[in-house]
Amino acid sequence: MSSLTRWQRPELSTWPGFGRLTDLRDEIDRLFESPVAELARTSHLLSGWSPALDLYEDKDNLFVKAELPGMKREEIDVSLHEGSLSISGERKSEQKYKEAEVYRTERFFGRFQRTVTLPTPVAADKVKAQYNDGILTITLPKTEEAKPKHIDVNVT
Amino acid sequence: MKATVQTEQRPVANVSPERGYVSPEVNIFETIDGYVLEAEMPGVSKSDLEITLEGNEITIVGHRQNEAVLGMPLFQERTLADYRRIFELDPAIDAARIAAKMEQGVLSLMLPKSEKVKPRMIKVD
Repeated sequence: MSSLTRWQRPELSTWPGFGRLTDLRDEIDRLFESPVAELARTSHLLSGWSPALDLYEDKDNLFVKAELPGMKREEIDVSLHEGSLSISGERKSEQKYKEAEVYRTERFFGRFQRTVTLPTPVAADKVKAQYNDGILTITLPKTEEAKPKHIDVNVT
Repeated sequence: MKATVQTEQRPVANVSPERGYVSPEVNIFETIDGYVLEAEMPGVSKSDLEITLEGNEITIVGHRQNEAVLGMPLFQERTLADYRRIFELDPAIDAARIAAKMEQGVLSLMLPKSEKVKPRMIKVD
């Protein structure tokens, strides 16, 4: 039984730091040349693979786009639990080049997991996921109550 | 004498300040037959790729087609800039036989060495 609360567009401040982290990084990029931007990206070497993720919203849906190049559909797991979307999987490094000497490895292999708290409730049975050109696009239709409703104002 | 595939990290900001490129991450392997270069460029399809060979430098550019705007961004970690990286090739590579394959955002570039450079057994009569 849902209560009647005012529908509010979630402010960026409810996800602490996300908006500000990007601003901070942009600031640092502007101060220095691009080499430092490269360095900022490789800091994830310490924490494992964390694929980049975008979250979008229109009036009917939420959309998540994750960068997962070079994977197979079956290696990707998407699950929804209590208002949180989880994307996980494992990218196996293929030993397809026999007797190869490795010159450079910048690409990540291994397990990854990203979890996103969704700002509005979604219809779990209508969620769709597509994997093309290394990008996983997840479409999450909002529940009817979550969509913005137009309310007529009457004048008596 | 061992020649190597080097990476030239040109300061990207100087090359094209108005566009702004991002460098794709790569893995490079060497086998007896040649080199294999794998570059990660998610969001780039085969038709968005531009690979040019000039002298012994190969330039890889991946255009990210202006993606359909999916609504208002709530948060964005992806940089939507095009990918660009330049490599200097080992002169032993046979430029005429370079082959490329693109699958799920990963470019695999096959750079075979010229036949005459490969080690050959010489029989002693």
